[in-house]
Amino acid sequence: MIELYESQRAMRNMRRAAMQRGVVAVLDVGTSKIACLVLRFDGSDRLRETEGVGALAGQAGFRVIGAATTRSRGVRYGEITTMAETERAIRTALQAAQKMANIRVDHVIACFSGAEPRSYGLAGQVELEASTVSEQDISRVLSSCDVPDFGEGREVLHAQPVNFALDHRSGLNDPRGQLGQDLAVDMHMLTVDGAAVQNLAHCVKRCDLELAGLASSAYVSGISSLVEDEQELGAACIDMGGGSAGVSIFMKKHMIYADTVRIGGEHVTGDISMGLQVPHATAERIKTFYGGVVATGMDDREMIEIGGETGDWEHDRRTVSRAELIGIMRPRVEEILEEVRARLDAAGFQHLQSQQIVLTGGGSQIPGLDGLATRILGQQVRLGRPLRVHGLPQAATGAGFASAVGMCLFAANPQDEWWDFEIPVDRYPARSLKRAVKWFKDNW
Amino acid sequence: MQQVKRLEPKADPAPSRWSYRYQRLMLTPLFRKLLRVGVPFCLAFGLGTAYFSDPERQEAIALAVADIREQIETRPEFMVNLLAVEGASGTVEEDIREIFPHDLPASSFDIDLDAVRVSITGLPAVANASVRVRQGGVLVAQVEERQPVAIWRSRDGLGVVDVEGVVIGDIAQRADRADLPVIAGTGASEAVPEALEILKAAAPLRSRLRGLVRMGERRWDVVLDRDQRILLPETDPVRALERVIVLAEVQDMLERDVAAVDMRLASRPTIRMNENAVSEWWRVTNMTVGAE
Repeated sequence: MIELYESQRAMRNMRRAAMQRGVVAVLDVGTSKIACLVLRFDGSDRLRETEGVGALAGQAGFRVIGAATTRSRGVRYGEITTMAETERAIRTALQAAQKMANIRVDHVIACFSGAEPRSYGLAGQVELEASTVSEQDISRVLSSCDVPDFGEGREVLHAQPVNFALDHRSGLNDPRGQLGQDLAVDMHMLTVDGAAVQNLAHCVKRCDLELAGLASSAYVSGISSLVEDEQELGAACIDMGGGSAGVSIFMKKHMIYADTVRIGGEHVTGDISMGLQVPHATAERIKTFYGGVVATGMDDREMIEIGGETGDWEHDRRTVSRAELIGIMRPRVEEILEEVRARLDAAGFQHLQSQQIVLTGGGSQIPGLDGLATRILGQQVRLGRPLRVHGLPQAATGAGFASAVGMCLFAANPQDEWWDFEIPVDRYPARSLKRAVKWFKDNW
Repeated sequence: MQQVKRLEPKADPAPSRWSYRYQRLMLTPLFRKLLRVGVPFCLAFGLGTAYFSDPERQEAIALAVADIREQIETRPEFMVNLLAVEGASGTVEEDIREIFPHDLPASSFDIDLDAVRVSITGLPAVANASVRVRQGGVLVAQVEERQPVAIWRSRDGLGVVDVEGVVIGDIAQRADRADLPVIAGTGASEAVPEALEILKAAAPLRSRLRGLVRMGERRWDVVLDRDQRILLPETDPVRALERVIVLAEVQDMLERDVAAVDMRLASRPTIRMNENAVSEWWRVTNMTVGAE
């Protein structure tokens, strides 16, 4: 896995360089929109690595100075399908954000929702060399994890040590310096389709930018939408996006599971478009203005002008009752939620103590969704909006920007990943200076 | 269901690659600074250099500058038409006019007042001078002349000296400045103030005083008529002279046939008599002794 270390380490170094320059852009490549925020980091002292989330929920020390959103093109199910189109859309968003920030951005941290993420739980155990746990021991225990065969053409997006156990004491966050004999680690690894990552990297590169980090959008919307208690006690975050719904389960402030349901708001729009025989744009407008999932008697009487520009007078003057619209939307939303339920069940969410579920993302703004979700997902469902971060425009505070805001927090306070730890000495290439130093240390 | 209205294809909102790159370049802080400061500077510098590199133009500009300068300098406000000398006697004023280096009228920019002042001060009869341009184009030289206090008789002749011992001028004979006392001897001019003190003290002897002689560049002799001399000591000569004057008044000492009164040793004033007086004195003494 050395080559994975290399690329992820390179990205991490680039992120560090960007933080030093003080400006970094975060890019949320979604199916329906592409959001770009430009962050300025002021004062690196406040960005020191702290346990858990730092002061002000980890949002101190940076400020959003540019924000732009554009309609996404060439993206389906959270994956790039038409590179040139997506590249243009990214360019549009970035240019607008740069213009607002009035500064050039060279480093970008991107997230995407698709590419079939798969979660793996990894476990490793080693015997300590000395009586106390050293950095090298942690590296060794991480590399001792038996990596499952996740298939050809897939890449590791996240690999986070979730839990350390020393002898019989579990739940350690940082075992360094502790006395013990056997060190065990539980790790959560998320793999995605490699081609999707390559496509995104290529698009970003075509925009003259350096990719300084990659994240799964399910993960970052969890960071921004779950409050600290939920992250600590355990909760699931469902990011209902345009092309896919991301599911992430958090526990003890670590993500322990992530998955994606490949149905989203675009499918709802498509249903309306087909059901009402209207163009996609009109369907989208009707959905956002009049959409809902719970019909009442009032909705039978509320007639919606469909409108249109076809030139056929009769066709353009049709009306439809809101109940009918709800009748079109509801089965699809139910399907999404049931699919999410299935993923949660597969992950064993019902065994968690806390059954909190947070709905976020643009799709969570459908009126009445919380009632529907309660019936499908369980009693503890709430609608989540992302945290407020400094300088975020009012237009970008909605649920649809959960992953963009989460990216900000991710950029400011990244979680330790596998590649942030030292490479174990025996994995070093030969003739390494460090190895020689280690040999000297051991022998004298 | 065909659409009757032709839908205008919406313009692509995405910037082209080049416009995107251009915008990014324009947002680069260093580049913007360069553009805002560097380019105007280089442009102005280049244009200026190109313009001024032509020697003909340089000459024309230098000429124009000189012309304007000339015009300003020769304005009547800046012209000096008259040299006024204040506080100088006739001969000194003539001398000053003679050595004044400029032809009037001249521009006040051309006249170096300091140099004029130095040259005026360089005249022996001038102790101090200040030169300034007064309103109305008058150059005023305020001169402080040296005051003659004594006549210095030296090998070269008679000279008038001031209190500092500077020779102001020559005179042909003593009678030309009968009001001034005479001093003589090597180094006399260096001790004029002391001589003046002594002369002041010697006022009772004024009618008989011929002058002062500096002896050995350290002390004074008062020379009276009938070749009488009063030898004054190096230190405190005035007091010694006063003692002599008192003696002279009380005992008519100087009326007698005395060649010199030697006051060089204060504790032992000595009188040198003339030869006649000595022999006469011996004669009288012998007579007295013989009579006894």
